[in-house]
Amino acid sequence: MIKAEGLTKRYGEKLAVDGLTFTVKPGVITGFLGPNGAGKSTTMRMIMGLDCPTSGSVTVNGKPFAEHRRPLAEVGALLEARAVHTGRSARNHLLAMAATAGIGAERVDEVIGMVGLGDVAGRRAGGFSLGMGQRLGIASALLADPRTLILDEPVNGLDPDGVRWIRNLLKRLAGEGRTVFLSSHLMSEMALTADHIILVGKGKLLRDQSMAEFIAGASADVVTVRSPQAGRLADLLAGADVTVRNVAEQTLEVQGLTSDHIGVTAAGAGITLLELATHAASLEEAYMALTDESIDYRSSVDDTEVAA
Amino acid sequence: MSTATTDAPAALPIPRTAVDSQPITLARAVKAEWIKWRSLRSTWTVLGAAVIGMLAVGLIVAYNTRHLTGNQDANDLSSSATLQGFFLGQLLIGALGVLFVSSEFSTGMIRSTFAAVPKRLPVLCAKLVVFFVVTAVAMTTITVITFVASQALIGHYRTGFSLSDPGVWRIVLGTSLYMVLVGVIGGMIGWMVRSTPGSLVSFFALLFVLPELLSLFASTGRHIAQFLPSQAGEAFAVAQPESPHLSPGAGVLVLCAWVVAGIVAAAFSLHRRDA
Repeated sequence: MIKAEGLTKRYGEKLAVDGLTFTVKPGVITGFLGPNGAGKSTTMRMIMGLDCPTSGSVTVNGKPFAEHRRPLAEVGALLEARAVHTGRSARNHLLAMAATAGIGAERVDEVIGMVGLGDVAGRRAGGFSLGMGQRLGIASALLADPRTLILDEPVNGLDPDGVRWIRNLLKRLAGEGRTVFLSSHLMSEMALTADHIILVGKGKLLRDQSMAEFIAGASADVVTVRSPQAGRLADLLAGADVTVRNVAEQTLEVQGLTSDHIGVTAAGAGITLLELATHAASLEEAYMALTDESIDYRSSVDDTEVAA
Repeated sequence: MSTATTDAPAALPIPRTAVDSQPITLARAVKAEWIKWRSLRSTWTVLGAAVIGMLAVGLIVAYNTRHLTGNQDANDLSSSATLQGFFLGQLLIGALGVLFVSSEFSTGMIRSTFAAVPKRLPVLCAKLVVFFVVTAVAMTTITVITFVASQALIGHYRTGFSLSDPGVWRIVLGTSLYMVLVGVIGGMIGWMVRSTPGSLVSFFALLFVLPELLSLFASTGRHIAQFLPSQAGEAFAVAQPESPHLSPGAGVLVLCAWVVAGIVAAAFSLHRRDA
């Protein structure tokens, strides 16, 4: 359980994190979303006690992280950048961390095996690929079998096997009642993994709700209808809270009505339907709809709307 | 919700971890820092260079002064003459102290270190213990060996000094102590400055540039300069230090004061700043 209350961090003029209040509950995977510069990494650094909040507070399992007597058993963390001395072997890195908690070499070798670094554990971490570095970071997070996991972009650089492995691992850990707090920019991966979403933009909390609520609340389902009598159908469907857009010849996109309703209306009026398909809103669309105004670093090329 | 009033935050049972982890103690932090120390090739390379440098300089000085001539520098004939390798040694041990700390910041390792020991201060203490013990053992051993070997070489030509001569143990152990303490100061600069180049420059400035600058201000400057770490060290590590100089005992106290001030400042910086 991670609890932030009015968490604020100011770097000079810039307010990186602005009064965040949220709770990351145990037993589910909580996804932490937001554009670059939204304050996700800073928030995670404050949870870990690396950065000191300008105001507000954050606790892990009831105490500030630094107050725990067995920190590695409370929180396993993988933060954004590499956190390994490049001249030291993966195994020695883990042995040194394990020594602070009195954990022996047996467990070190066990986590090395778990993340699949067995063949390279004796090599200097400086020569590791991005994916191998991530695996080492995950190994150190798992070292003391922590009750809480904080992972910043854990699938970054992992191969599809690794991505699937970490997804299943996190689900299992959450299923055991652990707290899992995870950030990622890969919306499709997040959609598969997370149960709950905390969305931030420009340091502020935008949403804190279940995945289903998040998607439903941000953008409605769209029904695509293709019909030779598209014009007449559009007139019939029009109404309050209904948007009908003519996206191509004979093709409509309808928001605000179910496909059942459209099908029945068309049949009642003798209109031929060539296609009737519901397109469920995705996490990515919901994310885009919500973060549109709070993006700090926008690429100018992608910004131009494509004319319909 | 149950009516239990314990501070257990979750409705779900708190999972028991399958790994038996122990609370952080200074001993465990020291063990971790020792593993870090011994698992880097660079630490042994630099320490080895300091050891070899001490011995090599000692033997070279001994050989160069095998024949007494009228125009020899008195310093080259004193009991501390063959320990002049400490000029090189202090650079290497100082750099070692800096790197032991600053490389954690430059590689990002510090985030892992603080994830394991988030209170931070035990890390500073543990690094201090490991650095002090390792360099004290290495430098004391090599200083004694260098003294004995170089005086044995001189013994082929004339009567040199022996460890039992008055003041010799003070110089031999003082030379070792000076290098170790200067290395500790390097480490504390590392905690404060964090970047490796910045720390090295600050360290060299304190040790070598500042005394030179002060000597420009005639006698006042030189009186102040004797309280700098390098001059205070010479007061007890060198048989005939430059004048003006402190007494050997005062030199030890002044250098120790620098070390304590460095540790306090480093601890303060470590406690206050974001990592």
